[in-house]
Amino acid sequence: MASDQPLTVERLMALFAPDGPPDSLRDDIERALAALAEDYAGRGIEIIRVARGYRVQTRADLSTWINRLWEERPPRYSRALLETLAIIAYRQPITRGEIEALRGVAVSTGILKTLLERQWVRLAGHRDVPGRPAVYATTAQFLEYFNLRHLSELPLLGEPTGTDQLQLGLTIEAELEPQTAD
Amino acid sequence: MAPDSSAETASDIALRGARDAPIAMVRGQPVTAVPADLYIPPDALEVFLEAFEGPLDLLLYLIKRQNLNILDIPIAPITEQYMRYIDLMVVVKLELAAEYLVMAAVLAEIKSRMLLPKPAPNEEENADPRADLMRRLQEYERYKRAAEDLDALPRLERDLHLVSPEIADRQTLRRTPAVGLDTLRRVFFEVLARAQLFSHHHVQREPLSVRERMVIVLDRLAGCEFMEFTLLFSRAEGRRGAVVTFLAILELMKESLIDIVQSEPLAPVYVKAAA
Repeated sequence: MASDQPLTVERLMALFAPDGPPDSLRDDIERALAALAEDYAGRGIEIIRVARGYRVQTRADLSTWINRLWEERPPRYSRALLETLAIIAYRQPITRGEIEALRGVAVSTGILKTLLERQWVRLAGHRDVPGRPAVYATTAQFLEYFNLRHLSELPLLGEPTGTDQLQLGLTIEAELEPQTAD
Repeated sequence: MAPDSSAETASDIALRGARDAPIAMVRGQPVTAVPADLYIPPDALEVFLEAFEGPLDLLLYLIKRQNLNILDIPIAPITEQYMRYIDLMVVVKLELAAEYLVMAAVLAEIKSRMLLPKPAPNEEENADPRADLMRRLQEYERYKRAAEDLDALPRLERDLHLVSPEIADRQTLRRTPAVGLDTLRRVFFEVLARAQLFSHHHVQREPLSVRERMVIVLDRLAGCEFMEFTLLFSRAEGRRGAVVTFLAILELMKESLIDIVQSEPLAPVYVKAAA
């Protein structure tokens, strides 16, 4: 709880035995994590695994009451931003031009800037075609904000309506490996 | 409203579209024509029209509203309705994104293609002229829905909150470095001496920032277990580069991001990423 970042088992091990951990330490820690998770069951907090490690958070079903602590309403994101983010998440790595082709409108610089600033999206390189456009990908922080561990945990992309009539078979091109810290 | 057979002429379809598609429901009755004396405050339309995220979004709305099949869009009525919305946007003096006009042109082109008599059977242009548009609409619809699903996920700051208690009696543990400062200085001056033998004429000055160098050093350490201290420096950068790198290393040490080790006095110094 004290850490402001999610912690991996390795990091926890380093905290307890900085000069080289005994082999049993990993088991101890993992068992402790499991015991904590069980202990928290039925309580207002829970300990879960997200992209970069374990963290303690409040339960989602308590949000109505907890949100009253703050005057301001939680941030709402515009449809344009969510659509752009969704496209990047499901089609990464993807260029700005490809995002625009999918949405049918130009991607506003403001939106990309916001996504980059919030560290939900990062520059993942350049495509080796004329113009060398930058390609974007999502980050571990994006996964953690949405309470996910891997990209594969994103809601399934719906089939295009009436795919049985067209030969187009589009699949999620998301990586299925865990995102490590950026 | 079901799409009709191709036996009807285009004008019939257009008329039917204009007649049957209600543009509003007032007290439960569909209204198919705008009353002549209807006053719409300009702002109202602007708010509504601004809700569209682009021409694909608008088209989807038109299609869904009439329960049409995306895969079999009646192009003529849809084009007509689309054009009417464009005209409304112009009337309201909305900033029309160029994409809306491009889509209008696309629709007009598709419509004319479908009106023209079919070319000879061995012409490869037998593809449905609507196919590309339908594919784009389908694709956009998928991501529109994906965006809604994403929004529905429980997320930080809205449904979940991090737990961060006040830490009582907090002390930062200062670990004395395994390598003494004198050793570091000595090794660093060796590096500087070598760098001095290397002088460059730079036409433009390249600003070197310590932060940037810190990231570079971390990247280099990420690949390997231990790296020899001197390897982190590059002669080509001369003294300035060496100083920046040294500052970066000290800063990284202070933030406990790297460890510096030396197996015995006067042995080579090694750097490694901390955990």
